[in-house]
Amino acid sequence: MATYLAHVNVMLRPLINDPQGLVVRDGLHSLGFEGVSAVRVGKRIDITVAAASVPEAEAAVRDMCAKLLANPVIEDFEFEVTEVAAVD
Amino acid sequence: MRATVVVFPGTWSDNDSVWALAQCGIEARKVWHRDEVSFAPDELVVLPGGYSYGDYLRTGAIARFSPIMEPVARHAEAGGLVIGICNGFQILCESGLLPGVLMRNGSLQFRCQDAYLAPVSQASPFTAHLDTSRAYMIPVSHGDGRYVADESTIAMLEDTGRVAFRYAEPDGRVTPDANPNGSVNNIAGILNERGNVLGMMPHPERACEPLLGGEDGNAIWRSVLESVGAKV
Repeated sequence: MATYLAHVNVMLRPLINDPQGLVVRDGLHSLGFEGVSAVRVGKRIDITVAAASVPEAEAAVRDMCAKLLANPVIEDFEFEVTEVAAVD
Repeated sequence: MRATVVVFPGTWSDNDSVWALAQCGIEARKVWHRDEVSFAPDELVVLPGGYSYGDYLRTGAIARFSPIMEPVARHAEAGGLVIGICNGFQILCESGLLPGVLMRNGSLQFRCQDAYLAPVSQASPFTAHLDTSRAYMIPVSHGDGRYVADESTIAMLEDTGRVAFRYAEPDGRVTPDANPNGSVNNIAGILNERGNVLGMMPHPERACEPLLGGEDGNAIWRSVLESVGAKV
């Protein structure tokens, strides 16, 4: 078994209204970042997981996203898996 | 009839719910979410308000995996009565017992205020005996109460009489101003297909005696009692 680190991004689906993102956009405007046209706020989740291979780690993380980390009604997810040194 | 009020870590409306049910003559027990329980067929299961698991990840997302949710789902499938209030509504949505999801209020503000509810569908024991010509004052208290679902789900809920309540003015008119959280179509509560599961954001247990500003919330428990033919 090797150890893998997954960076998971959970984002609201494009058509879902994101009031938090709108407020952050307005805050950036008031700081003078006038070129900002859109802000969307999501979540980044890092998961360290043991698996036999990259595909196995990816399958496990995909399952975690589908079952718990993202709500398919409103959210999409994407992730990247890399092998890392084992931590005790 | 008997009621069971489920307590998750972070639930806070359990004692209020027990109290409100008692006002209507319904004896209620509290159970911890890890307790091994079984429900009688005529038992009313209450998932009360609170912040189960600190609302981590998404509201209700972790509580749906609590051991007690299996018997709750079986009870619902068998036609038993289940009501989710506020956080309980969020848990029912996350668990798939009700469609859609409760998102951050459109205002981004926590709203703790009186709300007036217009009953819409009477196709459930919870709403069968409500008066659809008036509004019921039942307070809201939430930061994540904006009901969202895709267009086809909303159309299905509307077309099949599964919208239980809408936010309304005191006179019962449904207006954008009466919507405290930006819910689609002012939806404040929805039913499952059979009408035995109700999820609602407002707190009927907070409107259970005149001292609290009103007792309109009791109308829901009385409707249940009348529907199941129990003595009040």
